[in-house]
Amino acid sequence: MAGAISTLSDSTFDEEIGSSSAPVLVDFWAEWCGPCKMIAPILEEIAEEQGEALKIAKLNVDEAQDIARRFEVMSIPTMILFKDGEEAKRIIGAKPKQALLDDLADYL
Amino acid sequence: MSDIRDVIIIGSGPAGLTAAIYTARANLAPLVLEGEPSSTSDQPGGQLMLTTDVENFPGFPDGVMGPELMQNFRNQALRFGAEIDTVKASRVDFSERPFKVWVGDPDAAEPTHLAHSVIVSTGAQSLMLGLPNENELVGHGLSTCATCDGFFFRDQEIAVVGGGDSAIEEAGFLSRFGSKVTIIHRRDEFRASKIMQQRAFDNPKIDIMWDTVVEEYLGDGQLSGLRLRNVHTNEVNDVQFGGVFIAIGHKPNTGLFQGHLQMKDNGYLVTQPDSSYTDVPGVFACGDVQDDVYRQAITAAGSGCMAAIDAERWLEEQHG
Repeated sequence: MAGAISTLSDSTFDEEIGSSSAPVLVDFWAEWCGPCKMIAPILEEIAEEQGEALKIAKLNVDEAQDIARRFEVMSIPTMILFKDGEEAKRIIGAKPKQALLDDLADYL
Repeated sequence: MSDIRDVIIIGSGPAGLTAAIYTARANLAPLVLEGEPSSTSDQPGGQLMLTTDVENFPGFPDGVMGPELMQNFRNQALRFGAEIDTVKASRVDFSERPFKVWVGDPDAAEPTHLAHSVIVSTGAQSLMLGLPNENELVGHGLSTCATCDGFFFRDQEIAVVGGGDSAIEEAGFLSRFGSKVTIIHRRDEFRASKIMQQRAFDNPKIDIMWDTVVEEYLGDGQLSGLRLRNVHTNEVNDVQFGGVFIAIGHKPNTGLFQGHLQMKDNGYLVTQPDSSYTDVPGVFACGDVQDDVYRQAITAAGSGCMAAIDAERWLEEQHG
C-alpha cells in the first residue's frame, strides 16, 4: 500500500528488499533511542508524500539483530536506501526533514 | 509575517518547556521554536534526549527515561495551548521592539516572527575532541550518544573520554554491554560527584586511565582504537577499542546571540542575579544556556519557571 511504513524482520528482510521495484529506505531503530523517535514522524510524512516512488520500512535492531549486524549498523538511527536490492545510500543520525530529502534526492 | 506574539521561546529542553507551561497557563499563547532533529544534544528536548535513566529528577522515585520525561514536558506544554514548531531560529534582532526572530533563511529581509518578549533556552551541547577525521568516524565506532549506540558494542572493549558526571554515567551504562569500559581522563581525579565516582570505582568492568589524553583516532573509515598520551611522561600508546564515546563537557548554544546579548568569556549568557533578565529588557534566559555552574534538569526547569514569571510581569508593566 502506498504511503504505509512496513516492518521488517530477520526472516522477511531479504524477500522484501529483493522483490521491491521501488527503492526502499530502511530505518534501523530501537525503542530506547531518543533521536529515532524524533525522526519517526518525519519518515511517516515522507512515506505519505512519496507514495509509490519510495518504500519506507522499519527494522527494530533489538529484534532483527542479524540484519543489523550484516549491515554493520553501529549507530541509530541509521537509514539505508536499497535500490534493486543493493545498498545505495547510508544516512547516519537524526536530521531535519529537508536534510533527509536532500540526501535522498538523487534516488527519488 | 505574523502578528506580534507575546512570548517566543527559543529552545525546548526542561527550561524552555517549563517556561512554555507557565506562559501558556498565563494565557500568553507562547510559540516554542523547539529546534530540529539531530543526533547531537542540540535537538528538540535537549540533552535528556540522549540519556537513559534519569534518577535525580524529583517526583520519579523509580527513575524515568530521559526521552520519556521530555515527551511528558512537551505534552504538558501542548495541553495548555503552547504552540510548538519543529524548527530552528536562524537569526534574531533584539535591537528594537518588537523583537525579530528568523526561521529558515537568515538573510531574508523580513523576520519570520515578531514578539514583545523572548525567552532564550537554547541549552548547551556536547563538545567533541576536534581531532581530524572525527566527523567521518561518527557512527563508525565513534559515538556521541551512548544510549543510541552502546547496544552495538556488546562484548567489545569500549573507551569513554571524560571525567565528569556524564562520562561516568555513560561508562556505567556502557558496562552493561561491553566486555570492559575504560574511562580516559586527562587529570588524576574526577570532576564527577562522589556518588558517581564511587560507582565507577566499584564497577568491576570499569578501568580508569588517569592523566591521559587522546592524540589521534586510529582507523580508516572505521575506528579501531586511540592513540593515547600520558600528560606527565609523554609516553604514547596505541590502544584498540571497538567503540569510543566522548563526554568531555559542553558548550552553550549561544552563537545565535553573539552581538545581541551579553555573554561571559566562556560564551554563557549573563543574567542578572536572582532573575532571568538578560542585558536586553524583554529578553530572558533560562537553563543551561546561562548556567555554567549547576547544569541540572531540575535547575533548568526551575529557571524556566523564573523566566516565564519574569516575562509575564515584564509584559504586564509594558502593557499596563
